[in-house]
Amino acid sequence: MEEFTDIFLMLLLVAGSLAVLYVRNLFVATMLLSAVSFLMALLFVTLDAVDVAFTEAAVGAGISTVLYLGTLALVGSNERPTAKLSVIPLLLSLSIGGALVYATFEMPTIGSPDTPVQTSNVTKRFVEVSPIEIGIPNMVTSVLASYRGFDTFGETTVVFTAAIGVLLILSQKHIRRREDDEEDSTPRPAVSVEKSHDQVGSPHDLIPHVVSKILIPFIFLFAFYVQFHGDFGPGGGFQAGVIMAAGFILYSLIFGLHITKQILPLRVVELFLAFGVLLYGGVGIVSMIKGGNFLDYNVLSADPIAGQHIGILLVELGVGITVTAAMLAIFYGFAGRAQGRGKDVN
Amino acid sequence: MDFILDIGTWISLLIGSFFLLITGFGLLRFPDLYTRIHAGGMADTLATAIICFGLALQSGFTLISVKLLFIVIFVFLTSPTATYALAQAAFVAGLKPKLDGFGGPAKTTSTNARDD
Amino acid sequence: MFFDHFNYWIVVILMMIGLYTLMSRSNLVKKMIGLSLFQISVFLLYISMGKIEGGTAPIVSNAPDVLYSNPLPHVLILTAIVVGVATTALGLALIVRINEAFGSVDEEEILNSEDSL
Repeated sequence: MEEFTDIFLMLLLVAGSLAVLYVRNLFVATMLLSAVSFLMALLFVTLDAVDVAFTEAAVGAGISTVLYLGTLALVGSNERPTAKLSVIPLLLSLSIGGALVYATFEMPTIGSPDTPVQTSNVTKRFVEVSPIEIGIPNMVTSVLASYRGFDTFGETTVVFTAAIGVLLILSQKHIRRREDDEEDSTPRPAVSVEKSHDQVGSPHDLIPHVVSKILIPFIFLFAFYVQFHGDFGPGGGFQAGVIMAAGFILYSLIFGLHITKQILPLRVVELFLAFGVLLYGGVGIVSMIKGGNFLDYNVLSADPIAGQHIGILLVELGVGITVTAAMLAIFYGFAGRAQGRGKDVN
Repeated sequence: MDFILDIGTWISLLIGSFFLLITGFGLLRFPDLYTRIHAGGMADTLATAIICFGLALQSGFTLISVKLLFIVIFVFLTSPTATYALAQAAFVAGLKPKLDGFGGPAKTTSTNARDD
Repeated sequence: MFFDHFNYWIVVILMMIGLYTLMSRSNLVKKMIGLSLFQISVFLLYISMGKIEGGTAPIVSNAPDVLYSNPLPHVLILTAIVVGVATTALGLALIVRINEAFGSVDEEEILNSEDSL
């Protein structure tokens, strides 16, 4: 009986995806993608993956939508109807889909306890030994930060690289194709500052100003809570980093990018970006100096379990700092591009 | 006692779902953006409050009820702001509300005398 | 019997919708959206494989004799979600620059303008 919730949610998912495929206006497609991400987060909760649901809701439905909307503000949001006939992609998709469905008949029943995934020794070790060996209740955090610390280090480095890449691509001077547009590039900074001042003082924005001034401190408080509570419940560095970045992005959308850049200049964001990765690597180096392997937290303190706790805390902090700075740097890249063009994405 | 709490939760969930159904129906059938925003706002505040109250009945006086209360407060603060921002953005972009009757042929401007 | 593999069929359907969007639509942002759909379907596949009947979230509670769902797929998908958003951000930044260099984000228009240059 309780499978009907799952089945209903999955059918909604398919309906949403078909709508994303057929809708012509890209704003509508982005909002539908965000709705599909939320439905997926609900499905993850019914499949017992609460950490993953948290991350999917924050990252997939939050930050991803902001990035798509920023791109659409710069690029234009209507899709031309395709002139070519799309028979080959349809045949290809149907044949690959048919082959995959045929393959799923060999797979075990969903939820059965005798699949190779559930009966492997690795799972037994994680589920039975990790509360004793590491001592924190959330098994996902202990696997993520301690048993599989290398993977998470690589992931932090990937986020760092993406932020650096976006900054490299999007913060170059805007080189136009036509030469006659180069003369009006100098007076533009003054114009955009005045426009933003007007925007800040406009009476129409009073309600969002007041409400966001009330809410933003609580958003940051919630981000800190999620960061440090990740040991005991769903949470951890990634979700906290995204929520903190969302607080800053909200401030920037309501009060203007130039004020946000005065509070948190791009220099400081880049420093935090590098500092998080260095903190993570630094924990590994310190544990090597103390005699253990790279990222072996047992040697960080006299008691191995306390060492694990210290290691996981510092490592998750590094992840949170890098993810915050990366999301902010990416947003600065997109919003700065819109400002440089004279369009106001704020 | 548990039985009464269960009945209370059932009633709250059913009423909340009923309001959500009305919202969905309104989103599909209302002719204008501003009326659709009004329908969506009802789902955000009324249905959320009733459903969270039903869930709080199930969890008693624990921390979970406090968290549900915070969720309701947060939604009460943000949903009207989002509704306002959406309506203001649509108005500034040039979409004017439909004021001359919905459905039926286009009427002249003297609709005040008529009683529709 | 019907519900044994339902999750996997939905995964395949979503994957094919994403793949078809990626292949058949010529707007670059629509292609990125199709790629995101494809990634979302892969997440569902992994998490369905970690589910155990009658299990609960892998957070240790003091109740005795509780069955926990496998935490390892959750960790893999956490990493995959974050890497997915990093890739999306980079792809969208490239689309913005392509738009500035060629004047449009439609694949056909870009190819035609390259042919005529």
